Amino acid sequence: MDFDWMKIPYAFLTVFIVVNYGFLMGALIQKIGARAGRRHGIPIWQYYLDVIKNYGLRTSITHGVMFYLGPVFRLSGGVGLLLFMPVIYGSYMFSNFSFAGDLILALYFVFFGTLGMALGAGESGHPHAAIGVTRGLQQVSMAELPFAMAVFSVALQYQTLSITEIVAAQQGGMMNWTLFTNPIAVAAAMLAFLGSMMRPPFDVFIAPQEIPIGPPTEYHSSYLALMQTNRAIFPVAKIVIYMNLFFGGAGSWPELFVKVFFLYLFSAFVGVCFPRFRVEQSIRFFLVWAVPLGVLSIMVV
Amino acid sequence: MTTKPELMKRMVKGPDGLEFEVDPLRDYYCEAPPTVMPGAYIQIVEDFFNWARSKSLWILGFGTGCGAIEMRPLMTPRFDAYRFGVAWRPTPRQANLFIISGYLSTKTLKRAIRAYEQMQNPKYVIGLGSCTINGGMYWDSYNTIKKLDEYLPVDLYIAGCMPRPEALLAGFEEMKKIIRTGKAEGANQYAENFAWYKANQKRVIHDWDMPDYNW
Repeated sequence: MDFDWMKIPYAFLTVFIVVNYGFLMGALIQKIGARAGRRHGIPIWQYYLDVIKNYGLRTSITHGVMFYLGPVFRLSGGVGLLLFMPVIYGSYMFSNFSFAGDLILALYFVFFGTLGMALGAGESGHPHAAIGVTRGLQQVSMAELPFAMAVFSVALQYQTLSITEIVAAQQGGMMNWTLFTNPIAVAAAMLAFLGSMMRPPFDVFIAPQEIPIGPPTEYHSSYLALMQTNRAIFPVAKIVIYMNLFFGGAGSWPELFVKVFFLYLFSAFVGVCFPRFRVEQSIRFFLVWAVPLGVLSIMVV
Repeated sequence: MTTKPELMKRMVKGPDGLEFEVDPLRDYYCEAPPTVMPGAYIQIVEDFFNWARSKSLWILGFGTGCGAIEMRPLMTPRFDAYRFGVAWRPTPRQANLFIISGYLSTKTLKRAIRAYEQMQNPKYVIGLGSCTINGGMYWDSYNTIKKLDEYLPVDLYIAGCMPRPEALLAGFEEMKKIIRTGKAEGANQYAENFAWYKANQKRVIHDWDMPDYNW
């Protein structure tokens, strides 16, 4: 198999665009959330400043090797997810390293960062971190189940495991989107989406008001800055998967920006409307509402 | 100074029946004293970092006295300090601004010192209210410290009893100016005069049960 070296700088370009978009969109969503509370909220460039400040701190202490690797795993989870799928449909520049079975890899990468975080937070030795990451893993694994079912349903529907082919099958008008051809799977997946976006009502494991911010309790300086960078990349990468699977993909960057923004806004809207679930409540929620939908979507297909 | 029994060196029997020696202060903590951390080698980079630091003040959410109640309204729609790049962090590891809000009893001083030392360089301290300047209305109390400056390096005082949230917002703006001029080097000052600060702290804290520096 011959490898096209030109893809590497293109991949860097993708990551660069997504990081900047992620920072700005994250702050914008934060501002929208603040408006719901009648505040003005953070300046739109606040995340850049936070990251620069954290990279610029002069000291950082370590708790061991896994403590180093936690944020690295997390970042590689986000970047890996982004790089192994077609970000822009039909574009040679931004199809990145997608291949025939990339759907399976994407499913794995969605979970990869959380696992890395679990190891890192465990090594930090702080009880809040250990409790937080345990809760986080429980909830994310539970949210992953309906998503996985929805993905299988979509794979069955289009008879392929390649994201590019799934996007290709949805072209030619809005009515071809999975949203309309397989609405049950999309419903299950969107419930799972809420569970993994780290926003209310499903953010009890990372909320500052609960056990102080959970897994990243001990993380600071550049470790935290790496994780913040990932907080910009990972949601966008995850939403790009959703967009590709269920909402017809994107043919250009502006289309991608708009679709990703509205999908992100969906979780923000739910977040400002509903109070926080405890972990056992959210697990029950997924078991009662999302998993049956996932099973049903597979049966219908 | 006496060490508390749980911090003494002792033999411990593990769950697998193996006996081993534990020296808590050495095994669980790092006792190395802090060192002066120079800024970036190139001045313009340091200025850039200082600019970013001034725009992103993360406050440790730790209220020591009655002044803490003046910090809460800053999160509400009426004052909304987030507009100015001020945010609250629940853990000292991520915070870089420590507000000593009001009087500080000697018992709380110990916790304040631990929290301050766990913050990462550069870190800033604001003394809120008259109590941190000269004891305020607690000037003759046996149980509160009078001059915060003797125990932690303070960058800025906000006088009043109590200062209104507006005064705090003005104080943040003043703090940003100090940071931008590169004069907010409290952490390095603490490291330079470490012995003096420790002597002052140990003079009022009688049951000292922690290492000299909490990493």
